[in-house]
Amino acid sequence: MTLLKHREVLLALAIGLLVWLVAIRFPAFLQPSSLVNVFNDTSPLILLAIGQMIVILTKCIDLSVAANLALCGMVAALLNGSGVPLPLILALAIALGVLLGAVNGLLVWKLEIPSIVVTLGTMTIYRGTIFLMTDGAWVNAHQMSSDFKALPRAVILGLPVMSWVAVAAIIVFTVLLTRTPLGRAFYAVGGNPHAAVYTGMNVGHTQCLAFMISGGLAGLTGYLWVARYAVAYVDIADGFELSVVAACVIGGVAIAGGAGSIAGAVLGALFLGVINNALPVVGISPFWQMAISGSAIVVAVAFNAAQSRTPGRIILKPQEAAR
Amino acid sequence: MHPVLSLRGISKSFPGVKALQGVQLDLYAGQVTALIGENGAGKSTIVKVLTGIYQPEEGTIDIDGTPTRFATAQAAARAGVTAIHQETVLFDELSVAENIWLGHAPRTRLGLIDRRAMRDGAKRLLDSIGATLDPDLRLGDLGIASKHLVAIARALSTDARVVILDEPTAALSHKEIHELYELVETLKAQGKAILFISHKFDEVFRIADRYTVFRDGQFVGEGAMADATEDKLVQMMVGRSVDQIFPPRSHNIGDPVLTVAAYSHPTEFADINFTLHKGEILGFYGLVGAGRSEVMQALFGITTPSRGAVRIDGQVRVIRSTHEAIAAGIVYVPEDRGRQGAIRGLPIFQNVTLPSLARTGRSGFLRLAEEFHLSRDYTQRLDLRASSLDQELGLLSGGNQQKVVIAKWLATKPRVIILDEPTKGIDIGSKAAVHEFMAELAAEGLAVIMVSSEIPEVLGMSDRVIVMREGRIIDEVTGVRMTPETLVRAAAGIAEAA
Amino acid sequence: MTPAGRSIPDRLQSRRTRALRSWEMILLVVAVVVFIINSFASPYFLNAWNLSDATFNFTEKAMIAFAMAMLIIAGEIDLSVASIIALVSTAMGLAMQAGAGVPLLVVIGLGTGLLCGAVNGFLVAGMGLPSIVVTIGTMSLFRGISYIVLGDQAFTGYPDGFDYFGQGYVWWVFSFELVLFAAMAVAFWVLLHRTSFGRAVYAIGNNATAAQFSGIRVARVRFILFLLTGLTSGIAAICLTSRLGSTRPSIATGFELEVVTMVVLGGVSILGGSGSILGVVLAAFIMGMVTFGFGLLNVPGIVMSIFLGLLLIGVIAVPRLLRGK
Repeated sequence: MTLLKHREVLLALAIGLLVWLVAIRFPAFLQPSSLVNVFNDTSPLILLAIGQMIVILTKCIDLSVAANLALCGMVAALLNGSGVPLPLILALAIALGVLLGAVNGLLVWKLEIPSIVVTLGTMTIYRGTIFLMTDGAWVNAHQMSSDFKALPRAVILGLPVMSWVAVAAIIVFTVLLTRTPLGRAFYAVGGNPHAAVYTGMNVGHTQCLAFMISGGLAGLTGYLWVARYAVAYVDIADGFELSVVAACVIGGVAIAGGAGSIAGAVLGALFLGVINNALPVVGISPFWQMAISGSAIVVAVAFNAAQSRTPGRIILKPQEAAR
Repeated sequence: MHPVLSLRGISKSFPGVKALQGVQLDLYAGQVTALIGENGAGKSTIVKVLTGIYQPEEGTIDIDGTPTRFATAQAAARAGVTAIHQETVLFDELSVAENIWLGHAPRTRLGLIDRRAMRDGAKRLLDSIGATLDPDLRLGDLGIASKHLVAIARALSTDARVVILDEPTAALSHKEIHELYELVETLKAQGKAILFISHKFDEVFRIADRYTVFRDGQFVGEGAMADATEDKLVQMMVGRSVDQIFPPRSHNIGDPVLTVAAYSHPTEFADINFTLHKGEILGFYGLVGAGRSEVMQALFGITTPSRGAVRIDGQVRVIRSTHEAIAAGIVYVPEDRGRQGAIRGLPIFQNVTLPSLARTGRSGFLRLAEEFHLSRDYTQRLDLRASSLDQELGLLSGGNQQKVVIAKWLATKPRVIILDEPTKGIDIGSKAAVHEFMAELAAEGLAVIMVSSEIPEVLGMSDRVIVMREGRIIDEVTGVRMTPETLVRAAAGIAEAA
Repeated sequence: MTPAGRSIPDRLQSRRTRALRSWEMILLVVAVVVFIINSFASPYFLNAWNLSDATFNFTEKAMIAFAMAMLIIAGEIDLSVASIIALVSTAMGLAMQAGAGVPLLVVIGLGTGLLCGAVNGFLVAGMGLPSIVVTIGTMSLFRGISYIVLGDQAFTGYPDGFDYFGQGYVWWVFSFELVLFAAMAVAFWVLLHRTSFGRAVYAIGNNATAAQFSGIRVARVRFILFLLTGLTSGIAAICLTSRLGSTRPSIATGFELEVVTMVVLGGVSILGGSGSILGVVLAAFIMGMVTFGFGLLNVPGIVMSIFLGLLLIGVIAVPRLLRGK
């Protein structure tokens, strides 16, 4: 019973149920290769959801992640075109992502501009910058080196590298959030900013670090995305930021900050991923995707609110109050 | 024996208020010092000075005889002073162990938080204070008593030398209070210097070794608990200061206006019965958290009672929202002025007319001339000091903000006005203006309820006083029984002196 | 009783000195500067018909921006407005296929807009959920329904006369949209600045608890505000569908950001509590003229969006930097 109170468990059960329902009619969906495929497809969403979850923990929101991803992906593709070695490309993509995240973070920290305004602005600026760099031209598969394209698809122990990156991120950030002072600071800053100041934390600085993490993950995902789909252009991952926020909300991350877990965000992403992959299998038009994830967000936020209703003040003695 | 912590000549003022005037306080290792005083005596200000949140204008803070300054909250914590507040400020989403160690967690060789050491340490600390809490529980799932224990364990984890317990029993049950006493004994045995702040005399006599009394921001006296009697402490606490003079009252009490019968709420109050008359000022006295404000907020439609009836002029009125309360003629000046009363970003006149727009305007449209007219009338009556009526409310002093909030309600021409701690935190001048005005209102036939924790105010202004404790009406005090002693004893639950 | 106290003047500053220092004044100066630059930059700018064409750049968004401004002043936000346009347009397309005439199309359009607003309003005001997440959800939901209906298809062939809303002219160069925009500007100015409803909006945005403690029916006001954004989105959808003559599920993508930018540029505090309709009108003109000017210079639209992003952050950042904050 207490296990069911954890929303991660509930969500995992919901995902299991979903997979099972699909599998009743289409047993092939349950094959390992198919499940690996679902996970792999969902990996970019998982990576960004982890970053977004940390930002939301600190009472902020990062709407610029998808634009950040697209810009870093384009830069990676262009660097590849000019012959930069792959490891350096990876490092630069992540560094650029961190830098773009830091721009958001500094505006939030130093100028105290609400994060929603900052990231609404930077999302158009980052995406516009891609156009300025390329004049709207695409970088196509034949313009990319083969090792650049091969890395995310390379299979190690049955899983593609892209999936391994997601797995690694899940582990690294679970450790970061649960086992380091910084990780606990993210929770404290979002959960009770006043008390956090009394325990010696700098709220703005912590928020800035959250944006840098989110940015770095977006940069990394930018390379993976462009390499896997072997194409880079202005509009890749357009609107993806909403799926990322949706994954977090479905995963029980409180939009008011201070509550949530990596497991929740990952499961939220997987929930959306399973739906997206199952729809074509069961023969429902993929055009249903958007409405389903929209409904899922609304249901999840209503569910979160119902769970976190705080009881009123108790003045009467318990035995009296019971009457 | 030398005090661990010694304050001398501490003064702190806010615009219009001298919160502390040259007070002194000594805390000794292994002893509990009770700080006693009414609301507004300066107890919470001194706690904020001790924890580095306020910097005093004058005075010295010595630790082991060495002068110190607490420039920030962290500086005070580093110096070994830690406070456990009424509403403990910790992190609901983190575990018990994490709350205890946040900011100074033990690390493994890899630099990660050593969760086992953290859990073991938390367990050890909790055991040392006799608390059997699972360190892995989420703090938000605990009751207030357990949160106190966690806060105390956190204090111990930082090797605090001075522990301030600020009204620690306010929200605790009997059993929990008993456990707290044992805990205080444990802390004493560990040599901590403890400052214990409480309104409740039985507690003070039970656990304190020494006492210090403040009144109106001034030091009144100190001594050993063994030499004190209840009567002596009550005397020191309530001794009427000379500069507080209350306006003459007319005492023209008319017909009943408001009748409340068998009014109950699932968790906040039970079986409230009283009648309020035209021209009467009815005082509600009690300790903080006795349920007075909760009753008033239910009458004003903020919360919904489970049972009971409210009659205005004999007619039953159902009040489910503030809108309906105002329509029924009941208005409420809240205690939490910043959050519930004043809309600081709006100009004065817009604050005043907000509930009266239906009257100043015409079919939903505003008429500014009428609004200024109405605001001018009422702000003038309250002797408001402001440079113009379209000045932002937030730019005024607390006392003047309070006058605007009161003006807002009078402009609605209510039948019943409820004032919840109407003079809390405002300067003497504004206080007198508010008192004078209340007397005027009653004389004009308005029915007034005044919730107050300041005994001189309650006695000086009220025709009758209802005393509440733990969500119930304990006593109704009239005539010759209206003395400070009666109120203090009833509210704290001590038998009357022989 | 004694009439104590001195008389307090109603106002300290005259309206004129106050107006000169306001954000709207800065916007006015910016608008004039943009106008002058544009007229030098391109010989085609100072032409009544060209200028009239330019207004189509902002009229539809500005109609929504009026309601959005009130919503943001009250401390909420609606990110689903562009998706409401898509859903409204789709509903009208379905009705058109079923043979509805122009009046019925308009009724269906406005009705669908109100319905969407009611959904948001119920979730936020009725259930007390945070508006930013709710409207991110309904943003996907509303447009998602359009995708379910249309997929990659489009509705075309709206009846004769329907084109008037987006392409018709009331008199000379004054298009129906421009006249409607002006009428709505006046209506919203009156609603926000001259009615007790508008006053309640400011009160809630400044301090919702104190507003409730002053007898304001906070949930009701919030609900009505969501109805208004739904309704104005419906109106904008009618104009846009009429102007384009077709409905695709991707219609009006990204409008919500431009609308929010317009509102914030117009001086409305994103944290709620302050702002004016005049500011939004001026911001709409500035954004429209900059878009038009860039268009005359053949600058692509996406560069325009960078400019808007910089503008959005800049207008908030610069005053804070100057204050040393």
